Amino acid sequence: MKYEAVIGLEVHVQLETNSKMFTRVPCGYGKEPNSLTDAVVLGLPGALPVMNLEAIEKSIKVGLLLGCKIADTCKWDRKNYFYPDMPKNYQISQFDQPICEGGEVEIEMPGDSPAVMGKHRIVQLTRIHLEEDVGKLTHFENDSLVDYNRAGSPLLEIVSEPDLFSPEETFAYLTSLRNSLIYTGISSCDMEKGQLRCDANISIRPVGTEKLGTKVELKNLNTISGVKNGVEYEIKRQIKAMEQGEEIFQETRRWNPEQRYTTPMRSKEMAHDYRYFPDPDLMPVKIEQEWIDKIRNEIPEKPFDKQRRYMDELNLPYSITSALCPDLKLCEYFEEANKLAKNPRKIGNWVVNDLLRELSAGSKDETKSISLNDCPIPPKHLAELVELIENGSVSNNVAKELFPEMFSTGKSPSTLVKEKGLEVKSDEGEIESHCAQAIQDDPDAAEKFKAGKEGAINALKGKVMKATRGQANPKVVDEILRRLLSN
Amino acid sequence: MSSSALVEKTAFDLSHLLANKEVSSVEIAQACLSQIDRVDEQVHAFLHRDDQDFLAQARASDERREKGNSLGPLDGIPVALKDVISVKGQPLTAASKILQNYISPYDATVTKKLKDAGAVIGGRLNLDEFAMGSSTENSAYGPTRNPWDLNCVPGGSSGGSSAAVAAREAPLTLGSDTGGSIRQPASLCGVVGMKPTYGMVSRYGLAAFASSLDQIGPFSKTVEDTALLLEIISGHDPLDSTSFPTEIPSYSSAINQSLKPCVLGLPKEYFGEGMDDEVRNAVNLAVEFYRNQGHEIVEVSLPTTDLAVPVYYVIATAEASSNLARYDGIRYTTRSDRAQNAIDVYAKSRGEGFGEEVKRRCILGAYGLSSGYYDAYYLRAQKTRTLIREDFNRVFKEVDAILTPTAPTPAFKFGEKSDDPISMYLSDIYTISTNLAGLPAISVPCGFTKGNLPIGLQLIGRAFEESSLLSIAHAYDREHKFGCVTPSLVKE
Repeated sequence: MKYEAVIGLEVHVQLETNSKMFTRVPCGYGKEPNSLTDAVVLGLPGALPVMNLEAIEKSIKVGLLLGCKIADTCKWDRKNYFYPDMPKNYQISQFDQPICEGGEVEIEMPGDSPAVMGKHRIVQLTRIHLEEDVGKLTHFENDSLVDYNRAGSPLLEIVSEPDLFSPEETFAYLTSLRNSLIYTGISSCDMEKGQLRCDANISIRPVGTEKLGTKVELKNLNTISGVKNGVEYEIKRQIKAMEQGEEIFQETRRWNPEQRYTTPMRSKEMAHDYRYFPDPDLMPVKIEQEWIDKIRNEIPEKPFDKQRRYMDELNLPYSITSALCPDLKLCEYFEEANKLAKNPRKIGNWVVNDLLRELSAGSKDETKSISLNDCPIPPKHLAELVELIENGSVSNNVAKELFPEMFSTGKSPSTLVKEKGLEVKSDEGEIESHCAQAIQDDPDAAEKFKAGKEGAINALKGKVMKATRGQANPKVVDEILRRLLSN
Repeated sequence: MSSSALVEKTAFDLSHLLANKEVSSVEIAQACLSQIDRVDEQVHAFLHRDDQDFLAQARASDERREKGNSLGPLDGIPVALKDVISVKGQPLTAASKILQNYISPYDATVTKKLKDAGAVIGGRLNLDEFAMGSSTENSAYGPTRNPWDLNCVPGGSSGGSSAAVAAREAPLTLGSDTGGSIRQPASLCGVVGMKPTYGMVSRYGLAAFASSLDQIGPFSKTVEDTALLLEIISGHDPLDSTSFPTEIPSYSSAINQSLKPCVLGLPKEYFGEGMDDEVRNAVNLAVEFYRNQGHEIVEVSLPTTDLAVPVYYVIATAEASSNLARYDGIRYTTRSDRAQNAIDVYAKSRGEGFGEEVKRRCILGAYGLSSGYYDAYYLRAQKTRTLIREDFNRVFKEVDAILTPTAPTPAFKFGEKSDDPISMYLSDIYTISTNLAGLPAISVPCGFTKGNLPIGLQLIGRAFEESSLLSIAHAYDREHKFGCVTPSLVKE
């Protein structure tokens, strides 16, 4: 019998806000342990939560981008459980009235080659709710330490329907969702910093059947590739178990990325009764339509919509758009440069080839690139470079040499051209003497050209360019050579 | 002025004496301390004293006044707080062993408001552990005794706050009221005690029992003093999402305006079975007083009255089970020495750190929220709570205030009800509904039994109409001043 997997994803995203979800303490990563705390974060007697409006606004923004229905009231519930990662021993979350319901994520599967667009599909979302993040525990042989710096940070949980059917789709979903979230500016979605975390619900069923199998919740999927590998392993494990006539238990399992297998964490019987109830410390807040409309004006174009627009309106090839569009900052850079140069294809090529290469080569950390915010080449310098090439002021070769220098010095291309004396030379007297010299040096080529062999002129041109270190205006060289050879 | 004369003064009088420089804040503070030295071994209203800090605040107040920088009528007046209200650098035990080593690193909003008004904050007052009880018998540090009869309870949970005022150890105190925890002990100790409208006084810094019911409120000898203290501690607080943005009028001047004829409602359900005869007589005399003053007395009906106690014990315990989860032996609470693993840390620390009543209520509350029971208990209780609120809304279309006894009986003996939780719970039968409805209510002393135990009259007002409620209460209190009678046991 053939089996297919059915996968649903729960994605947790930390919102980048000035302060924590329910208090004024700032959010932050990499600070001294337990330095980002106060009475509220530590759950001291008498401390009370106060809702962070910025977090609500950012959640609504995500909901609108993903086409969710926004709740008319923002209501809070307490999720009760004893564990040292939450100082109050309850987490403030949203149980029966999530801030967003429904919604969808468009995904793209890999195409036949990197130059070809793959198949697109819509994945349905169940809900998005907001909650406070928990602290981080570190376990040692006899002790465990807890750091509450992360505790109380706003955390968005995005729950998909069981609407993914392979590890590849899961990967595509997570990639697309992450791109959209970065587009909204709510989070950098850095999985290494725990800004984006993911649990997967996985079951299998015989192909062609509708009924869902027993689901297993997979935790500790902390990198995008970890999600793909973990899901892949778990599907194989379940299929193997099924084929051997074993029963799949409803349980929570943990992905071990180093050993690459999953192990049981807790069974259904051990599942918590969270005793959810409305948090009496927080009043439900009405979400006015005007507020939603205001936020709607701020939502960006979706990554795939932008890609389609670039291909349709700017006539960019898929290969350029697929490198540009996952990165909003890169798109903004491209658009700014293109606004000046009005040459999308050339600008696009420079951005996705040369600029990205310099950004990654320029970084001291091999695994990372320099951020576009710190890019030494502003868009107007790139636009200027393309214009210089287009109007014949510099040759393509010179431009290719100039670009790394623009990157390392931050100087504009015209400044560099002047400094280095690289302007294209159109002084006909000087060029004519070089042309005459070339004809004299290579009479063979000159004769061949005169005899009608058009291509022979290139050898002469090469000599002139070499003699002028590539600075002679090729058009002028061509004219003069032809004039001299026609005599 | 003699120390014993000073402690019998109202805050209002002390304020005038200070303003006229007839007495210093240090003298008042010293008078309180010597009264505490004299009587508190028997009364046991205080769990903790910091005399040096107390006197230092008084000295600072005197210096301010000397320079002409007095901060207002409360500057230099001592106020003692129930041991659930945070004061930076002072212990906060909630009368529980589990918090025996905790020092609060921050001020509650009411504490900050009192400090800003120049009040001299001193001492931590006894209570039933985590404010759960009606007698202070549930304090882990031993009960408070009633200054009118040391064999009787002072009521609870704010029994330390009521006894301290009655025993003349402090002119003003603060307590908290979740189901009657200010009004019932005020009634049993013969002092004024008021629970403001829910949302009137910030709960920030109050160790929570039941968040949707808790309110901080004043104790004093007179309604006038309560008005003085309430106007200082009230007001919107951005740190408490349930605090209500409303203007706070000057209650102390409002109550001295002439009172227009009012309609007072007597709920027939409150005057039925179970009320002590002497309580009934004293309350009836108060009713006659109001009638003679030209106010209209009408009978009203609150049919949901008998639902209040069961609804309360589902909602309050549910919230408590969650609010008290933070006391877990992990960080600032006492950890059991016997804990061998993580589960032990919770189970043994809480098992050893909490008293019987707290454990009973946490278990009850967790049960009512459990999967499969939530709809039958918690959800149904919340729906019934709405009905109780609607009951009051309807009655308040016809009346300006509701008049009832505060408690069904005067102070009872130690041990009399402590083995029978239900009969203990019923001592709050007249006070619980107002917490469920969020309304303001005040207990005013209205006489004594033949055995010389105080009796309290309760007046319930419309939400956020404290001025009107205080004015009606003041009209009676001004003419009777039962709260100014000092128990002979604590008299010098």
